[in-house]
Amino acid sequence: MEWDWDNAFESIPLLLKGLLVTVELTLLGSAVAYVLGLVLALLRRGRIPVVSQVVFLFVELVRSTPLLIQVFVIFYLLWPALDIRPSAFLTGVIALGIHYATYTSEVYRAGIDAVPRGQWEAATALSLPRTRVWTGIILPQAVPRVMPALGNYMISMFKETPLLLAIGVLDVLNRAKEQGAETFRVIEPYTLAGVLFLLISFPSSILVRKLERRVGQL
Amino acid sequence: MSDATSHIISSILSGLGATITATLGGILLTIVLSFIAGLAMLSPARWVRFVSRVYVEGFRGTSEVVQLFWLYFVLPALVGLKLIPLFAGILVLGLNHGAYGAEVVRGAVQSVPKAQREGAIALSLSPAQRMFRVLLPQAVVEMYPPFNNLFIQLLKSTALLYFISAGEIAEKGELLRPVYGSDLVLIYGVELLCYLVLAVVITVVMRLLERQGAKRLGRTSIARSRLFARAAGVS
Repeated sequence: MEWDWDNAFESIPLLLKGLLVTVELTLLGSAVAYVLGLVLALLRRGRIPVVSQVVFLFVELVRSTPLLIQVFVIFYLLWPALDIRPSAFLTGVIALGIHYATYTSEVYRAGIDAVPRGQWEAATALSLPRTRVWTGIILPQAVPRVMPALGNYMISMFKETPLLLAIGVLDVLNRAKEQGAETFRVIEPYTLAGVLFLLISFPSSILVRKLERRVGQL
Repeated sequence: MSDATSHIISSILSGLGATITATLGGILLTIVLSFIAGLAMLSPARWVRFVSRVYVEGFRGTSEVVQLFWLYFVLPALVGLKLIPLFAGILVLGLNHGAYGAEVVRGAVQSVPKAQREGAIALSLSPAQRMFRVLLPQAVVEMYPPFNNLFIQLLKSTALLYFISAGEIAEKGELLRPVYGSDLVLIYGVELLCYLVLAVVITVVMRLLERQGAKRLGRTSIARSRLFARAAGVS
């Protein structure tokens, strides 16, 4: 079989529609991952002993098992157990968000550890309340440093969203599959799906690299 | 144990072979490609650097699942070559993670102190001797921790072979789901436990290798350098 331009052009609108879903999943999933990751990092750093150990176990468990299985667990096990029925899209956002939160929590942790000890000591000397220390001194110094790493995880997430095909989310790959089933030609839609990913993730990673260089100069 | 329980456990475990094969095969291919592409990126020849850059950015930029679909569904349509699912899986896992590993190799070689390179030049070692006897043996020790992460990433990616029915753990679990809907906790629990155990095994092995490598470096002598070269060639 050879490349068929007609079929390629025909599949583009459908693929772009899927790409929009992929981008939405990535942005919403990242938002969850960035917020939840920070919460996990702070809980792990917190003074409540049992909580920090539970968070540690949770992070290790999620980090060393496949995202696909986690998607299945949430979709087929957790939702029925809670007796709720969120959409596949929302399940994707939550699964991606939780999975990547375990990575970003480690990133935040490294960023917090990189804040010089003197800053803590000075804050203690000024007897600032604990929340002020975090929001006014530590986090403003820790977060800008870790932004490139957070950006990299957003790119990773973008490339991992197609596995949500397993629960029927209509992302790029699922649209490509649809087109393939309709026309009996898989070459063009699957190849274009790959090209679309490259078109977004390659410039993004160059941007993150630039950001890294700028942060390195701080 | 009830019949259902033992049936569920044994059918998931029957996918363990395919998961381990895919992981080991993927790791092997990853190592080979990482070193080839990583060293090629350090080559003085511009076109060699360009080719390896294209490989690395190409595989890092497109989604792994899309690569799997492309290799398994498009390649047969293009060239009429149908791959066995497990083999296609190993290829994609190796090609994808090899692109990430190439950066690990490149970074580790570049992180070897400049004086080492200069010393090797002063001793008028050939470029190949410089790389394989001086730079790589020291760089390899640096590579263990990032490769450990990469291999665990690869292990987790084997679950994607579910999409091409390679008969690994994730697929076995999904085959059970429609029939044993009330035992989902057991099904997913056993699956997750399998991945956890395999991840721990990878980490233990990599730590052992790292400790061994560091020990060898500590006893650096000229006679040892051949040992390093061998270690570099194997790992």
